[in-house]
Amino acid sequence: MSFIEVKHINKTFKVPIREDGKFGAMKSFFNRKYRYINAIQDISFSIKKGEIVGYIGPNGAGKSTTIKILSGILTPDSGSVCIDKMTPWIDRKKYVSEIGVVFGQRSQLWWDIPAIDSFNLLKDIYKISDEEYEKTLNELIELLNLKDIMNIPVRQLSLGNRMKCEIAASLIHKPKILFLDEPTIGLDAVSKKAVRDFIKRINKTNNVTVILTTHDMSDIEALAKRIILIGKGSILYDGTIGKLKKNYDYLRKVKITTKDNIEIKRDYIINQVKIKDEIEFVIDIRKVELSDFIKAISSKISIIDIEIISNDIDDLIVRLYEEYKI
Amino acid sequence: MKSYLSYFNLKFKTGLQYRAAAYAGIATQLFFGIIYTSVYIAFYESNASNYPMELNKLISFLWLNQAFFSLMYLWHKDKDILAIIKNGNIAYELCRPQDLYLMWASKILGERLSMVTLRFLPVLIFALLLPFPYKLILKTSIPFFLLSIIALVLSTFLSTFLILLCHIICMFTLDEKGIVNIFMVTADILSGLVIPIPFFPSFLQKISNILPFRYVSDFPFRLYVGDINIREGIIGIIIQLIWIIILVIIGRILSKRALRKAVIQGG
Repeated sequence: MSFIEVKHINKTFKVPIREDGKFGAMKSFFNRKYRYINAIQDISFSIKKGEIVGYIGPNGAGKSTTIKILSGILTPDSGSVCIDKMTPWIDRKKYVSEIGVVFGQRSQLWWDIPAIDSFNLLKDIYKISDEEYEKTLNELIELLNLKDIMNIPVRQLSLGNRMKCEIAASLIHKPKILFLDEPTIGLDAVSKKAVRDFIKRINKTNNVTVILTTHDMSDIEALAKRIILIGKGSILYDGTIGKLKKNYDYLRKVKITTKDNIEIKRDYIINQVKIKDEIEFVIDIRKVELSDFIKAISSKISIIDIEIISNDIDDLIVRLYEEYKI
Repeated sequence: MKSYLSYFNLKFKTGLQYRAAAYAGIATQLFFGIIYTSVYIAFYESNASNYPMELNKLISFLWLNQAFFSLMYLWHKDKDILAIIKNGNIAYELCRPQDLYLMWASKILGERLSMVTLRFLPVLIFALLLPFPYKLILKTSIPFFLLSIIALVLSTFLSTFLILLCHIICMFTLDEKGIVNIFMVTADILSGLVIPIPFFPSFLQKISNILPFRYVSDFPFRLYVGDINIREGIIGIIIQLIWIIILVIIGRILSKRALRKAVIQGG
C-alpha cells in the first residue's frame, strides 16, 4: 500500500448556462439549464512517501481540482483516496493537520496584520508546542530570509515576499505532505531558487512528500523526478522526466552562418530553411549524432558561425500537449 | 478550544485598532440616542396617558440599546468571511484542522465584542450625565440585574448565531445581497431596535414573541429597566436558550451541506 493511493476519482461540476440576448437572463431565471463539466475523470495514481511529484497540464485540465480533493476540500463524486490510511474528505480534521497546502493564487495570511501574527495564530490552530514552534520558525526565517518582512502588515508586502510568507505559513506545523498549487507565481529568480532549494531541503531532511502543480517547467525540472501529465481531466503520462525527454526531445535546431551555398538531403534532416547567410537545420538526433552532422557539413562549406539550439522543457510540453490534442 | 479563542483574540485585537471607526460609531450612537429620546419625550409630553411603557423606563431602554448597539444589531456583515466565500480563499479555511462553524462563530463574536468594548462606555457615561428626563437611569434591583446580565450574555450568542446563519446561507447564494439582506432588515425591525416592541400592534407583538429577534436586544434591556417581570424574564431566558440550540443545529446542518457541495470559486 502506497503512502498516497488515488483510485478512479471523478468530479463533475454543474454550471448554469447563461443565455444571451435580450430575454436570456429572464429565461434562465424561470428555466435554468445546466451544463456538466467533467473536471476529472477516472484518475488513479499512487505516490510513495518522500517522493516529489510534478503534476502538470494545460489550463483547466483539472490540476487544482485534484489538489483540492487530495487536501480534503472537495468531495469527489466517485472513487477512493487513501492517504496515510485516511480518506481526506471524511477524516478531514485529523487529516489536514498532517498536510500543508499552498495555493499560489490565494492568501492564507491575515491581510491587515504582519505575517508573524498569522504564524502565531497557526501555532494555536495546529497546537504546536513553544519550543518546536520557535525552532521551526527560526529555520523558516533563515531559509526563506523572512527576517525583515514578517513584521510588516501583509497588505504592504510585494507579491514575492508575500509568497514566501505564505509558504512559511504552510510549513509551520511540519506537515508530512505538502501540496503546492503554483507556488512560484510572481517570484523573482532569487526567490524562486530559494523556494526550490527549500522544498528540496525539507524533502530530504524531513522526508516530506511533495505534490506540485505549476506552469513553470523549470520548477518541475529543478524539483520533480516524476511527473504526472493530465489533460481534459484524464492522466496522459505518468513517469520520469528523463523518459519523457527521450521520447519527445529528439529535435535540435542548428543555425549555421556561411557565405557558401549548400543543399543536403538526408533522412535525419527534418527541415532546412535559408535566410540570407543563415541556414537553419532541424536535426533528428535519434538518427545521427550531432558531431557527425557538424563534421559532415564543415567538410563541405566554411562555417562562419554556428549555433545549436536545444529545446527547453516548455517546447517539450507544448509538443506533448499537441500530441495528445489537449 | 484554545485555537478558537485565538481567532477571537486576533479579531478582537484587529477590531481595537480601528479607533476612528469607534469614534464615528460613538458619535452615531449618541446622535441616534438623542433623536430617539427627544422624539419619544415629545410624544409623551403631548399625551402621557395611554403609552405602553413608562417614560423613564423607555428612555433608559433606548440608551441601553444605543450603548450596546454594536453587540445587538443584526445586519452585521463580516467582510472577511464574505470575501473568502466569494473569492475562494475559503479553501484555506478548510485546510485547517478545525470546525468551520465554530471558527466563524468565534471570528464574528470577537469582532462584535471588540466593537462594543470601544463604544459602550462613552455612550453610557454621556447618557448618565444628561439632565432629566433625557437621562439614563441605571438603578435596578439585584434579581433584575442578575437576570438581565444572563439574558445579555445569551443574546450576544443568539445574535452571533443569527448572523453566522446568514453567512452560511451566503455559501449557497454566493452573495450577501438579496435574500440575506431581506432577512436582516426583517430581523432588525422585529428585534425592536427601530421601534420598541411594546409600541407594535398586538398581532406583530405576538409574532415577534415567537421569533428569536426580540430576544436579542428588546428582552435583556427591558428586563433590566424592569419593564418585564421576573417570571417573564425566566421564561424569556429559556426561549433564548431554545433558540440558540435551534440556530446552532440549523447552522451546522447547513454548513455541512454547503461543504459537501462546495465549489471553490476562482480555480
